[in-house]
This record gives sequence, C-alpha cells and structure tokens, in this order.
Amino acid sequence: MRKSVPVLVAQRIALGLVLLLAVSAVIFLGVEALPGDVAQAIMGQSATEQALANFRAEHGLDQPALTRYLNWLWGILHGDLGTALSNGEDIARAVGQRLGNTLFLAFWAAVISVPLAIILGLVAARHAGRWPDRLISAVTLTTISLPEFVLGYVLLYYLGVKWQVFPPIAMVFPGMGLWERLHAVILPVLVLVLVVLAHMMRMTRAAILNVMQSAYIETAELKGLSPMSVIWGHAFPNAIAPVVNVVMLNLAYLVVGVVVVEVVFVYPGMGQYLVDHVTKRDLPVVQAVGLIFAAVYIGLNILADVISILANPRLRHPK
Amino acid sequence: MRRIPLSALIGLAVTGAFFAVALTAQWIAPHPIDEIVSPQIWAPRSPEFPLGTDSIGRDLLSRMIFGCQVTILVATAATVLSFTVGSVLGFLAATAGGWVDQILSRANDLIMAIPSLILALVILSVTPPGIVTLVLVIGLLDATRVFRLARAVAADIAVMDYVEAARLRGEGKAWVIFREILPNALSPLVAELGLRFIFAVLFISTLSFLGLGVQPPLADWGGMVKENAAGLVYGVPAALVPSAAIAVLAISVNLVADWILARTTSLKGGRGV
Repeated sequence: MRKSVPVLVAQRIALGLVLLLAVSAVIFLGVEALPGDVAQAIMGQSATEQALANFRAEHGLDQPALTRYLNWLWGILHGDLGTALSNGEDIARAVGQRLGNTLFLAFWAAVISVPLAIILGLVAARHAGRWPDRLISAVTLTTISLPEFVLGYVLLYYLGVKWQVFPPIAMVFPGMGLWERLHAVILPVLVLVLVVLAHMMRMTRAAILNVMQSAYIETAELKGLSPMSVIWGHAFPNAIAPVVNVVMLNLAYLVVGVVVVEVVFVYPGMGQYLVDHVTKRDLPVVQAVGLIFAAVYIGLNILADVISILANPRLRHPK
Repeated sequence: MRRIPLSALIGLAVTGAFFAVALTAQWIAPHPIDEIVSPQIWAPRSPEFPLGTDSIGRDLLSRMIFGCQVTILVATAATVLSFTVGSVLGFLAATAGGWVDQILSRANDLIMAIPSLILALVILSVTPPGIVTLVLVIGLLDATRVFRLARAVAADIAVMDYVEAARLRGEGKAWVIFREILPNALSPLVAELGLRFIFAVLFISTLSFLGLGVQPPLADWGGMVKENAAGLVYGVPAALVPSAAIAVLAISVNLVADWILARTTSLKGGRGV
C-alpha cells in the first residue's frame, strides 16, 4: 500500500514520542526497581530510622512510585524539572544556564566536523585502497580506539600546557564576547571534532563505496568520465541519504561525548552538571538531565529517519 | 590457515602481554598498590621508580600493573556476561518467535534508544558502588548489542533445513539453541567479541575517569588518569601514562578484531572493499 510522505513522517514522529514516553518510564520507574535507597544515600549510613522517614515524607518519597512518576511527568511537561535533593536548587534554572553552554560546544563541533568528514570521506573513497585512503583509515582507526578523555588530556597537555597554543581550561562566563568564548572552547571543540570525525568519515566512505558498486557507476566510468566527476555527478547524489543519516547519528553521538569532554576541560555544561550530581547521588537532577540527553538523542534519530524518508523515494514504498 | 598479517600479529602480541601482566600482577609489581613510597609527589622518572610517582607519592609502575589487572578483569567479566545474556536471549527470540520475540526485541530497542553512558550514569546514581555493580551495569547494557546481532544471525539459521529436521525429530528448545544454532552462529559472534571487549574497556575507563567506576583503594587506568589529571596543568605528564595504556590496549585488540572480522566475512564470500 502506498502512503503519502506527510503520513509517513507523522508516523515516524508519533513513534518517536511514544518511545520518549517509554524512555521516561525506564528512567523513572526502572530506577525504582534497582537496589539502593535515595534517602539513605543522601543522609548517610548513620541516619536514624526517624530521620530517613522525615526525609522521605518531606520529598514525597513515601508515596507510591506510579503517583510520583505521573507527577514528575506532569511537571516536566510544564517546564518544572523539580528541585535538587542535595541543595534545594531549582533544576530547570540550573539546566537553563548550562544547556546553552553545551549546545554552543556541540554546535561548533558539528559545524567543523560535518563538512570535513564528508570531504575526507570522498577523498578516501576516490583513492580506495591506495595511500591517501590507508593514511586516513589508519588515523581514524586510532582516534576511534581512544576514549574521549584520553584524546582530551593528550591535546590539553601538548597544545594547552607544553606549547601553550590554546587555553587548557575552557572557562566561560555570562557576558563574554563571541570571540573570547570561541577562543576558550577551542580545545574541547577540537576533541569532539576528532571523535565524531572518525566515525562520520568512515561511514561516509563506506556509503560512497557501496554506491560505487552499482551498474550505473560502471556505465559512467566506461563512457570515459573522470573519477572525480563520477563521484560528484553520479555517486554523491545517490549517497546523500545514507550520508545524512550518518551525520545525524554522529551528532547524536556528540551528545554523549560532550559529557566526558566537559569534565576534562572543566566546562560548565550539562555533562559536568550530570556527573557532579551522580556523585552526590542526587536522583531528581540525574533523572531530569538524563531525560534531556535521551530526548535530544531520540530527536536527532527521528530527524535522521525523516530526512532519509524525504531524500530516498525508495523508502516510501515498503516491500 | 592463511598467514596472519603483521598488524594482527602485533595486536596479538601486545594484547597477550597485557593479559600476562594482568594475570601475574601480584608477583611482578615492585610495590603494593597503595603503599606511599616517596615523600615527593609526581617525582620524575628514576631507576628506583621507572615511571615516577603519582599524586600522593605512590609508585606509578606498580599502580599501572595493578590497574591493568583491574581494568582487564572488569572488562573480561563484563564481556562474558554480555555475551552469555545477549546470545542466549537472542537465540531464544529467534527460535521462539511470536510474542516472546516481540517482547524481547521491543525491550531491547527501548534500552538501545537511551545512550549507554547516560543510562549507566542514571543507574549508578542509585546502586551501591562496587566492582560487581560495575560488571553488571556494563555487561547488561552491552548485552543489547550482542542480542541484536545474535538474533539476526540465529534468525537466518533457524529457517535452515537441518534445524527443521531437528525440530521434526522432536528435539527440545535447548537442543535446537545449543546444538544446532550455536555452533553455526559462533563465527560472526566471535568476530564481535573483540569489539565488545574494547567497548567494555573504554566504558569502565570512562566511568572510573568520571569518578563513578572502580573505587579506592583499588584503581583501574581510568581512575588513575583522574587522580593525576590535575598535574597536567603544571606540566606533569603522569596522567598520560594510564591514558597511553588504555589507547595501546584498545588499538591492539582492534587490530586483532579487524583481522578476525575480515577472515569470517571472507568465508562467506567477502563483502568487497
């Protein structure tokens, strides 16, 4: 049966929203089922039974889990993320300041890495099996094998401390000019670029090579077109859908990489905030921030699917 | 048996060396893991302390050796767990089909829709700390990927004539899974083993680096990066030693995994470039 494009897109988005709802249940109710007691964790081992009971009553922890889940969800839909257990701070306010910082970091990493990855992927595919391809593959295989913090500290030590090219600590504060801010985040952006660049480039290369095996590419080659115009004119347009998909998946991956990179460079963003509050065992903050990260991740995945539905007519006709 | 390429040989040798160090840590480490051997913190390299000392004056070489043991132990245990759980459930889903498959697969999709690190952080904020918790969290989160692979591989095998023959013979589910499907699904799964091990090494290192993994007095490489990171700003490269160890282990396992992957795919006719 044929479905029109708007229907397919709407279906995909609706499916994503259902998934997000299920994820929120995992983050809230799933955690309830785990061993471990929030009140005990915050108050410490020496807390008396009475103190624990008071703490639970004060924060509504004595109510049934389902009631608390529904209240939590209702609050989030109205922009109320609750209050932190450790210091009574309003979570939505704290998140508001930090979300901007994190998006700033991720935005610049994406702006630099996406075009670079596509160009390098094309170059590697053009010279498949020869030295430019081997060189790019070897370098990217190395950066893929490294955890973000290792890459971060190596760059911090050499570029930030030894040769003093860039500031080693990414210090940003409100009221900073755009250039100063950019200068401060060069190193973390560089690390994120290197991390996603490798994945993106390898997947772009694979997507192009996959298209290159088609019969119409052989025809183009046989009629004497130059290799670069075969890639640009015939292979690339057909590889756009998979490449866009690759880009989106890697932007989703940035969401996770940013957590570690922020800790390395002591950058006041969402990742740092999340890790701090996991250490403090401040569950409301962890759940709220975890849900935001998951929502961004799922949102980018939906966007990837929607773009491929729009870009590739074949996906509109399920077999 | 074709010749082993040089890159895979290097990978095998280095990986083997790391495992040897992990197994013999108690005997080859010059000092105990938490003994403060020098009044000087971040002492430079010397004949007495070949890698210098760490942030509170412990011998870095000894800590690296014990760190190797902890890192590899946790990563190996997590990999074994993820393979056992992931492949058994994956085979079960593929052979049982119907609602069992639907429930397992949808639950798996749900867990995979959340980035692993984020979900791990949420879980670790309530669970009691400890090595066992870490192995369970890493192993079970990673089992989702093994499940997906195992289910896909087993679904191809489950429609083969010999599986049908076994069913008609009246064999039970366990027989079909372990005697018919498992032996034939083994090669793609083994190829995946190396990748899952690297994932576990990187995962435990990252968690420890964030201060949420292995707790003192035990230490793994990720935790040692964290302890010594403050020195980097003063020009002390101690944190780069455990960083390099993680990188070398990950790259050498990758080299081996690449080779196994190339071998097992070419057995099935190859995938071209």
